[in-house]
Amino acid sequence: MSDNQKSFSMIVTKGTLDWAYPPFILATTAAAMGVNVSMFFTFYGLGLLKKNLNLEISTLGNPAMEMPMMGMHMKMPNLVSALPGVDKMATTMMKNLIKKKGVASIDELRELAVEADVKMVACQMTLDLFELDRKDLMDDLEYAGAATYMEDALKADLNLFI
Amino acid sequence: MSHTLDAKGLNCPLPILRTKKAIKDVPSGEVLTVLATDPGSVKDFEAFCRSTGHELMEWNEDGGTYTFQIRSAA
Repeated sequence: MSDNQKSFSMIVTKGTLDWAYPPFILATTAAAMGVNVSMFFTFYGLGLLKKNLNLEISTLGNPAMEMPMMGMHMKMPNLVSALPGVDKMATTMMKNLIKKKGVASIDELRELAVEADVKMVACQMTLDLFELDRKDLMDDLEYAGAATYMEDALKADLNLFI
Repeated sequence: MSHTLDAKGLNCPLPILRTKKAIKDVPSGEVLTVLATDPGSVKDFEAFCRSTGHELMEWNEDGGTYTFQIRSAA
């Protein structure tokens, strides 16, 4: 890392399809702008590191979420959101929109992040807590804890909690 | 020699990411032409060029397609 290179650290705590976008969009864009990027994945964010991603969204407790549907924008009442199958349906709709609008998939952004040498650290404590297995996660991750994150964050020009 | 990147139909941040990749192979001083349809890409290409040192020589829009001329500082 050169002396004048900017750096950017992130804590990634959320693992739904919609919340996967901000960290990976910012990480790949920052890397493309010559920024040194470090991502620390903890709690539900750890799910974004699985080899096989099958991310979903939930409309439950997401009152600002409007989906374009039949020429209008629909909001989902929590009572409906709680029904079995509704998250699957909303996820399918979201994935169709993503394709239609030329938005990158999370798989694609994650691969670009890897290619751009974005540092990805998996929280070992979360791994233990949720009984996850390293072999189910991407190769070439670092496994570490809060001190590793703090070291990166304290040096960074920018830090985000997502 | 001309260098062109077609990023039409791609949404944020893909036009910038593809540009970063493409401009690596453009010798310093030569120009990369990028085509995009993302209306947010104008501000983004300005910011990208300011941050990376590549020069955004000019851009224009015709029928929803944006054309950016970027001089490589690679």
